[in-house]
Amino acid sequence: MLTMKLELDDGSRIAVIGGGPAGAMFSYFLLTFANRMDMDLKVDIYEPRDFALIGPPGCNMCGGIVSESLIQMLATEGIRLPETVIQRGIDSYVLHTDESSVRINTPLAEQRIATVHRGGGPRDADRLDWGGLDGYLLDLAESIGANVIHDRVSAIERSDTNMIVSTRRNSEEYDLAVGATGANSTAWKLYEKIAEGELHPELTRAYITEVKLGRDKVDEMFGSSLHIFLLNIPNLDFAAIVPKGDYATVALLGGITEDVLDQFFSSESVRNVFPGIENIGEGACHCSPRMNTGAAPVAFADRFVMVGDSGVSRLNKDGIGAAYRTAKAAALTAAFRGISAADFEKGFSPTYDTLANDNGYGKFMFGFVHKARRMKPLMRGIIGMTSREQKSDDLQKKMSMALWDLFTGSAPYRDVFYRMINPSFALRLGYESAKSIIFKPSAKQSE
Amino acid sequence: MQDGRLGKQFFSGEVICRQGETGEVMFVIQAGIAEVTRKSAGGGEFKLGELSEGAVFGEMSIFTKSPRSATVTAKGDARILTLDKRGFLKRVHEDPSLAFNILETLSRRVQQLDEKVESLQIAITETISNVGDE
Ligand SMILES: Cc1cc2nc3c(=O)[nH]c(=O)nc-3n(C[C@H](O)[C@H](O)[C@H](O)COP(=O)(O)OP(=O)(O)OC[C@H]3O[C@@H](n4cnc5c(N)ncnc54)[C@H](O)[C@@H]3O)c2cc1C
Repeated sequence: MLTMKLELDDGSRIAVIGGGPAGAMFSYFLLTFANRMDMDLKVDIYEPRDFALIGPPGCNMCGGIVSESLIQMLATEGIRLPETVIQRGIDSYVLHTDESSVRINTPLAEQRIATVHRGGGPRDADRLDWGGLDGYLLDLAESIGANVIHDRVSAIERSDTNMIVSTRRNSEEYDLAVGATGANSTAWKLYEKIAEGELHPELTRAYITEVKLGRDKVDEMFGSSLHIFLLNIPNLDFAAIVPKGDYATVALLGGITEDVLDQFFSSESVRNVFPGIENIGEGACHCSPRMNTGAAPVAFADRFVMVGDSGVSRLNKDGIGAAYRTAKAAALTAAFRGISAADFEKGFSPTYDTLANDNGYGKFMFGFVHKARRMKPLMRGIIGMTSREQKSDDLQKKMSMALWDLFTGSAPYRDVFYRMINPSFALRLGYESAKSIIFKPSAKQSE
Repeated sequence: MQDGRLGKQFFSGEVICRQGETGEVMFVIQAGIAEVTRKSAGGGEFKLGELSEGAVFGEMSIFTKSPRSATVTAKGDARILTLDKRGFLKRVHEDPSLAFNILETLSRRVQQLDEKVESLQIAITETISNVGDE
């Protein structure tokens, strides 16, 4: 029997549902590849939000850290985030435990991580001389020919030959539908009509607040460092204070409840870094967004693929980087291979599965970190080893790099895992931990 | 908006990478302009061109493992982001399309060199024919 090959051609129409980082980058790459091949594609991006607005209506709720690896990949692609989007360049991070703190500098002592807003800015923002990441990426897609429709998709159906995408106002036919609706949407219900199987990823609730301090105060308190907290608070995977322009964003990941928030804001470690936080608590803008913690078992069908958080992400870090990877893999497949389920299986699945499998290592690592937080000697060993490495020019920066990669998303969890089970690494950590039992630190110290 | 920049600050006249050095990284100009110069075997230094925001340079040493072929200096204050060789090669191995942008840069450079060679050839031919006429 002859079957028709499902592929894009001149005049093909593509609907991208959601114009966050995944949807915008998918559109940008697909149109870039089409331009290179002189293929004329029509891409419509459906996005109800106006990312230029301040406060919740314009915001895609996230910590706003653009990882070192994503910055490097975007730069290689020729995408340079402008100064108006980057709220701060980050050159180091400071790891805080209940007992002590240690600073880890970026490998080349340069600002290699960016912090951004995901919309026009927090609710009480009064400066509008910046833009958010999402608006910038959507403009980038528009600049090479994508058409943005500011509306919410309310239904997707299959016809015999096409996909029919509807808003309350209109219905249009497309050759390919791309689900890029993130983790904070009910759009999976729409996808159930066009794909069979479990399309829903695992989700958890996180917490973010944006505290307005003014640029000088942010500079003075946090400089160009990310502050990461590994505290002995049940259900808190980790927390970060992210400096941005006039704001400090506080992001808590894990199963976040009121009790976890209270314990975090009243913890001595947090108050040392952020005096007065216990009184401020929440900034004018705060939210409890959902986060993708486990891949959707099914992510594609004929003429359909899910990119970004609606399918798979990276556990507790670099979600925007994961959105880039899945968006690009889907665009490469659609442009150069085809748009059938079998094409996505060959061209898209390897990237999707790599991310999903890596999260298995991530879960193990965070499980280890949860346990380690209760074992003071081990925490002291980790801080001691890092601190020694940071002070020495000769010592290999094994622990520093492992922590750097674990929290910044610069390397897969799998790589970090194998580095950590290396015998010389384990021996040095054992030595530092044993030393901390013999020479107990007297009070909270900063190394 | 100083704090909204990535990379490392180079002051005017500071060398970003030097001809003859081995190259473990390549660079992207985040802000500012850089000047590319080359020393000839005779010791004279001549300017090859200028690079502006977004330009990638230093990639040749990564591919050919040869020493840097030119010196790049900040012209005015500039901010430069380094892309490390291992990370770059690993990523290109996973996603070969990442190298397209570099390929485009290299092709443009070859094209510019072709144009330079052509104009030099014309100049030489004209000089020779002028000398012949005299
Ligand atoms: C607390 C927290 C902190 C985080 N911190 C970071 C961090 O620091 N760095 C990082 O890299 N990642 C971080 N992430 C993850 C990051 O936010 C996501 O991975 C990223 O936003 C995924 O991009 P996306 O485009 O897939 O989804 P989204 O950004 O959620 O975008 C989805 C878009 O789809 C649109 N949409 C939804 N439904 C419809 C519909 N029916 N029709 C049309 N459009 C629709 C929405 O309006 C939205 O614009 C964090 C996440 C959380 C929860």
